[in-house]
Amino acid sequence: MANPPPIAPTAPASPSTAADAATPPPLLRLNNIEVLYDDVILVLRGLSLEVAEGSIVALLGSNGAGKTTTLKAISGLLHIEDGEVADGTIVFDGEEIQGTEAHRIVEKGIFQVLEGRRVFEHLTVRENLAAGAYTRRDRRAAEADLERVFEYFPVLADRRRQLAGHLSGGEQQMLALGRALMASPRMMLLDEPSLGLAPILVENIFAIIERINREEGTTILLVEQNARLALSVAGFAYLMEGGRVVMEGSADELRDNEDVREFYLGLGEGGRRSYRDVKHYRRRKRWLS
Amino acid sequence: MADFLQLTVSGLGTGMIYALAAAGFVVIYKASDVINFTQGDLLLLGTYLIFFAVAQVGLPWSVGVAATILLAVAVALAIERLVLRPLVGEPVISMIMVTIGLSSILRSAVSAIWGPAPRSFDSFLPSGDIAIGPAVLAADRVLSIPIALGVLAALGLFFRYARDGIAMRAIADDQQAALSMGISIPRVLAVAWGLAAASAAIGGVMLGNIVGVTPNVASIGLRVFPVVILGGLDSIPGAIVGGAAIGLLEAYTGTYLGHGLNLVVPYLVLILVLMFRPYGLFGKEIIERV
Repeated sequence: MANPPPIAPTAPASPSTAADAATPPPLLRLNNIEVLYDDVILVLRGLSLEVAEGSIVALLGSNGAGKTTTLKAISGLLHIEDGEVADGTIVFDGEEIQGTEAHRIVEKGIFQVLEGRRVFEHLTVRENLAAGAYTRRDRRAAEADLERVFEYFPVLADRRRQLAGHLSGGEQQMLALGRALMASPRMMLLDEPSLGLAPILVENIFAIIERINREEGTTILLVEQNARLALSVAGFAYLMEGGRVVMEGSADELRDNEDVREFYLGLGEGGRRSYRDVKHYRRRKRWLS
Repeated sequence: MADFLQLTVSGLGTGMIYALAAAGFVVIYKASDVINFTQGDLLLLGTYLIFFAVAQVGLPWSVGVAATILLAVAVALAIERLVLRPLVGEPVISMIMVTIGLSSILRSAVSAIWGPAPRSFDSFLPSGDIAIGPAVLAADRVLSIPIALGVLAALGLFFRYARDGIAMRAIADDQQAALSMGISIPRVLAVAWGLAAASAAIGGVMLGNIVGVTPNVASIGLRVFPVVILGGLDSIPGAIVGGAAIGLLEAYTGTYLGHGLNLVVPYLVLILVLMFRPYGLFGKEIIERV
């Protein structure tokens, strides 16, 4: 089954069709992934996407589009929710990883930062970071990374002996990113890092995400409801709807796309539309896709 | 006064053995939320294994103790691998029910191998008396206190600093987040059962020396429940304090309020704690951010 064609007339051609032999293979490639929950509920329906090494790629879409499920399919965290990759392949660094146990995937270099921060509340900041380094074998390098984390987030250094449950929401998000840095992954999957944070903190967090990508060379797949924010840091983006990709393109292309402007950035030209119009539009899109 | 001191020391000695068994219980609970009903039987296994090693095989006591610990750990790992690991991901209650079944299997296995009659071996803990002022204290009881405290301190350090110790607490806090760190749940579960068996085996060795080798040891193992309920299911310091408290209570009530009552008191405490402080003295606080 082929990648469903882009719906919007202005959407650019898929980069995979334009790819020539000179471009290196992507670090991560999802081919026609189908995910089933409880053996019956189809959540992802033939999803395909690519993430090039060293890039930041955004995965956009509304609630229930399947963004989080996509990340969990990659990181192997579907099992404990009774979900499974029923069809398709996930290729990381030339190796098929669908169905691999979660801890092996972390060892291979993919680290997911779960939505909602999920710090270990009864562990100290220092212990949370140690948990992030669980798969590391080289202790000395992990020590150096700890200093690096404290450099990124000085507030964590001040609070290293405090219980993580007592940190503020912004500090917890920093700790969640710090934990990911401790694993020194090749690729981070970030799920809604802006969720529930004050705007000033969100900017701060996103600046650090860019810095991690630039300075550590970490490839980042970013799931975010705040499309404007995500497109400001990402080079390439996918738009998901109903468990599949409905549009893809460079961040600039998506930002200029009329549909995206209207429904995800709230920048429609014809003034504000009512929610009923949006619902109607979505329904029509689903029929077409 | 001399009586009182004597009672206190013997109560603490027994209490520390309870604490050892309870600590194993706490380790498993912390790592997996499983209430381990086999903890008392691991204690029983420990007493029979040391009897087997020292009296039946004739090993010197130091080798015997090492062999006992290794064998107990091997049994626990086998249980974990064959019975519990397939249940990872199932509701916790199914693992708990399985430990109830395992408990009677272990108990019957012990009596099938060694018979129901009490056995004994030459105690290798110093058996003399220590005179402190007017009180004469049994040396083995006194000695069991530092031994147990040493083992418990080691467990406490493990939870605080060791990679797998931190991983266990992480799993207890948020299992999915722990998985996302690359923590392997089967591996951590195996470490937990190994540690639980080791501490129970050490408790069993001490019981074998002090009390003797009888199937009744399993009922001593049942004291684990009042101890952990009092101390808090997930707290090693709680196990120590709970063990000491239950041991002392038994000793005092048995002497001052009449023999027989000491058998009931631990369970009275259990009921009272459950009524007024269900998370125990040192149970995990629930963090609320404000």
